[in-house]
Amino acid sequence: MDVVNQLQRQFLDYSASLHREGFLDDQFTQLQKLQDENSPDFVVEVASLFFEDCEKLINNMARALEQQQGVDFKQVDASVHQLKGSSSSIGAMRVKNVCIAFRSFCEAQNREGCLRCLQQVTQEYSLLKNKLQTLFRLEQQILAAGGSVPTIE
Amino acid sequence: MARDGGVTWRRTEKIDRFNLSAADTAEELHVLAVDDSLVDRKVIERLLRISSCKVTAVDSGIRALQFLGLDEEKNSNGFNDLKVDLIITDYCMPGMTGYELLKKVKESSVFREIPVVIMSSENVLARIDRCLEEGAEDFIVKPVKLSDVKRIKDYTTREFRVGEEERTRKGINKRKQRDSFDLSSSSPPSILSSSPVSSSSSSPESQSPSPSPPSIPSASSAPSSPSPIDSHSPTRRVKTTSSE
Repeated sequence: MDVVNQLQRQFLDYSASLHREGFLDDQFTQLQKLQDENSPDFVVEVASLFFEDCEKLINNMARALEQQQGVDFKQVDASVHQLKGSSSSIGAMRVKNVCIAFRSFCEAQNREGCLRCLQQVTQEYSLLKNKLQTLFRLEQQILAAGGSVPTIE
Repeated sequence: MARDGGVTWRRTEKIDRFNLSAADTAEELHVLAVDDSLVDRKVIERLLRISSCKVTAVDSGIRALQFLGLDEEKNSNGFNDLKVDLIITDYCMPGMTGYELLKKVKESSVFREIPVVIMSSENVLARIDRCLEEGAEDFIVKPVKLSDVKRIKDYTTREFRVGEEERTRKGINKRKQRDSFDLSSSSPPSILSSSPVSSSSSSPESQSPSPSPPSIPSASSAPSSPSPIDSHSPTRRVKTTSSE
């Protein structure tokens, strides 16, 4: 069982670091609590939906900001609002925080500011995606080794 | 579905995480969840299912009305066939907002008794008040947590169990006071304590009272549990929610 313990330790440490570094907030923990034997892949499924959403919305924002003849900031804001919502629902704190700043720039109709935020949000989404994939991989390894995924408090 | 008002039974507070057997389905609340965000729909669906509710999730107000059979005003039989016990809807949606959906539901003689809960990522007091005034039972600031669903479910479950006689004693939602019921005593105001309208007196409403169909499940009632309802009031939640 030593392998399992090691993996569990790794999982808990990694999870703690994600929270500490602000990638995830308490809402993510809330979602983990909703996962059980009846819905064993719930968190992975929500995360997948979230990342699909991210990609779609980021593309919308990029397209809207590219418009040379005049940026429709309301349109950009609508996408940012949606992304802010879903990142909040999944506990993606850093993504959410960029969205908050992003909305201010939309309101100010500041194209440069918006473009910077777009870059940041793209970065944060990529980072989070990688980190969650690592976390999920650790979970799979624990289960494959015959252990159970420890619950985070 | 057995809904005779004479029988009330205790329901434990704990969230049941088992698969419900056929015998339990009669007890299951059927919740209609409305949200344009796929992520949010997935989350609310899980929150409700884990709280032993039957869920129908739709992505727009229009679809919600279609599901209810309200879209073309064709209440062919005048009944809540699908037995929706609760509607929980996002506020900000393209097309029909949650507020507009709320109004449509409350304007319907068949469906207006169904409690409607609004969810929003923005805790704007004016928005909250407006929704409560229009007859919303509660207002949840997103992200929605299990405790939010539990609270709503307790609230709805109590109403679910309560018989018709009990219904007359509550007076929280002023809209219901337009019904020709004899309000014997006023109920302690709960979530509407923040609302400027007094909940205990009969309010001057433009719509005339109409008799409610007896088959409709009872709507909000005075919470009988000793839990501090005020601590769950939207304004309190507004203060404690961690947002921007």
